[in-house]
Amino acid sequence: MAQITLDKLAHSYMANPKNDNDFALKQIDYVWEDGGAYALLGPSGCGKTTLLNIISGLLVPSKGHIRFDTTDVTEMSPEQRNIAQVFQFPVIYDTMTVEENLAFPLVNRGVDKAEIRKRVGDMLETLELTDKASRRARGLTADEKQKISLGRGLVRYDVNAILFDEPLTVIDPHMKWQLRTKLKELHEQFGHTMIYVTHDQTEALTFADKVVVMYEGEVVQIGTPEELFDEPAHTFVGYFIGSPGMNILPGSVDGHQIRLADHGFKVDKHYDALAGLTEIGIRPEFIRVTDAAGAAGKGVPMQVSSVENIGRHQIVRGKINGHSVDAVVDEDARIPAEAYAVIDTSRLNVYQDSHLVRASR
Amino acid sequence: MLELDRVSKQVGTSLHINDVSMTLEKGSLNVLLGPTLSGKTSLMRLMAGLDKPTSGDVRVDGRRVTGHSVRRRNVAMVYQQFINYPAMTVYENIASPLRLEGASKSVIETKVREAAELLKLTEFLDRTPLNLSGGQQQRTALARALVKGAELVLLDEPLANLDYKLREELRVELPRLFAETGAVFVYATTEPHEALLLGGRTAALHEGTVTQFDSTIDVYNAPVNLQTAQTFADPPLNTLSVQLDNGSLMAGDRSMGSLGQRAERPADGAYSLAFRPHHVSLQATEGHSVPVQAIVGTSEITGSETYIHVTVGSDHWVVLTHGVHRVNNGDAITVYLDPSRFYLFSSADGSLQLAPVTNALAAA
Repeated sequence: MAQITLDKLAHSYMANPKNDNDFALKQIDYVWEDGGAYALLGPSGCGKTTLLNIISGLLVPSKGHIRFDTTDVTEMSPEQRNIAQVFQFPVIYDTMTVEENLAFPLVNRGVDKAEIRKRVGDMLETLELTDKASRRARGLTADEKQKISLGRGLVRYDVNAILFDEPLTVIDPHMKWQLRTKLKELHEQFGHTMIYVTHDQTEALTFADKVVVMYEGEVVQIGTPEELFDEPAHTFVGYFIGSPGMNILPGSVDGHQIRLADHGFKVDKHYDALAGLTEIGIRPEFIRVTDAAGAAGKGVPMQVSSVENIGRHQIVRGKINGHSVDAVVDEDARIPAEAYAVIDTSRLNVYQDSHLVRASR
Repeated sequence: MLELDRVSKQVGTSLHINDVSMTLEKGSLNVLLGPTLSGKTSLMRLMAGLDKPTSGDVRVDGRRVTGHSVRRRNVAMVYQQFINYPAMTVYENIASPLRLEGASKSVIETKVREAAELLKLTEFLDRTPLNLSGGQQQRTALARALVKGAELVLLDEPLANLDYKLREELRVELPRLFAETGAVFVYATTEPHEALLLGGRTAALHEGTVTQFDSTIDVYNAPVNLQTAQTFADPPLNTLSVQLDNGSLMAGDRSMGSLGQRAERPADGAYSLAFRPHHVSLQATEGHSVPVQAIVGTSEITGSETYIHVTVGSDHWVVLTHGVHRVNNGDAITVYLDPSRFYLFSSADGSLQLAPVTNALAAA
């Protein structure tokens, strides 16, 4: 296992990149701690796969260096880096048994037989595949095959890191649940450095200690799931994390006053007046929708256009002074005809030109 | 209106579709929900006339179309894999069904522009599909289905290959777009969450059988049996075997509370008790009145919610709570259940015996 250092790393697929826009991956400096669970999250084309390919050695970056502990591996091939990889589609040998598939990475590296037997046995148990150990992989379901792929990635104890590229994208929801939890358990058990690429926020947030959110080739925030939810550093993170994403409304700040959607709110924090485009972010989870009595003078009128009952909660979509606003309310909440939105003002975030501005005091 | 009347499809020795009857109204949105290989695609192919049923009838507006090939029927289909004509521009791709119909130039121009506008493709009309992102390619395929003015629109996991956020947006837009055309709209998905967001009616599928076909929220709230409840649960339902004795629920020697306040109590006996992960609480409240000792396994924190996997006796449950809760693997904790949220299913045939009282019912 190793600490992975990204040192002024950048990549362009062009031979002679002229400006920032020519870079698929803009400069990133970061240290991935030994034993950490990280997710690279972003929409397609954001550069997350480019970054993963640089870490795995499939791609040599145009600029900067990558180090595993103190060794510069920038020019090394994937084999030389001693990493394991799990891809979107199962990579296993159909003609081998489940057991043989799991043993393969160990046999390849000359691990002794008794040790192989022990590790494969443990892995079969962990993956709940013991009863299928001597079955050929050919007849297994897609889920089971992907489990074996995960097992092959995890069976070696000596790898520097395990890289996952959308490993659960093709898996059905129920099995996705099990595999996701399994992966988390395996991380707790073995403490490998794991890097997990996905566009799915649920997978990223539940898996990782730290999530790296990427957008148009740039890392826009690295944070714990909590930080990404509570204080998105960029309006894109606010939008991308959360379902529905954060409401971003035009507004202004002045001292203890925040204006949003043409309503003024007094807040505890203090903000200096801002130049540039000022926007206010509020998560749908922090807006309560109620009637005049329930609002008790603290609400602002909201014109509700639709209520989607999605079981666990309801999504209320509507407008406040003509600005679109989503709210997430309890499954049992009644949405009145004349609705008021009560905004939890302690949860407001202020953005200047899309970047988070912290209170001055 | 599309009717399936006792339709079955056998391929070799395996029964892909088993005795399915359902009526799909004009202008309705119908979700086919089930895991991979539950029969969603097979059912769609029968609806479209791509396959002929082994037995049973397919009728459109009362007319028997069983065995009519798809070419003689006005059907549009969109698959998980984007299918476009790679050599044609986006404009020509969208226009292609209209050209086949022999529509006039001006009609084509109007309809293509309209569809492109709705699906946010206007700026890409002159490009070829291979120069587009996956989302744009799929929107092109959807636009083509839209202009076709088909009576039956079948979408087979159309968003499965798209980014999470894009999916979220299209899920909101798609039903609206197709509702305006008055077509029978069928949408297959493996994801309960997607079915709920789409609304309309849902047919839950299990091994080629439609276990329930009803308004989506009703299938979710009152699944006819445990199988349907499990198909329609993400995260999975927590379940355990219990004995009901004079209103009291016992799992072995553990009390699971009583159904005291609930009027329509089923007869004493053995049941499967089920409840959703978000109906378990870490605090005792008025509703969450049944304490249960549990051992913590893995927890997953999403930033706004925490999934805590726990072991209770030999059962594994998931607890989903608001906010961030840090508990350690191996900790002993008490979780609290709310008996008003309990489902009871017959332990003999899995049929629903008791469902929670929902808001919708309470309002009526």
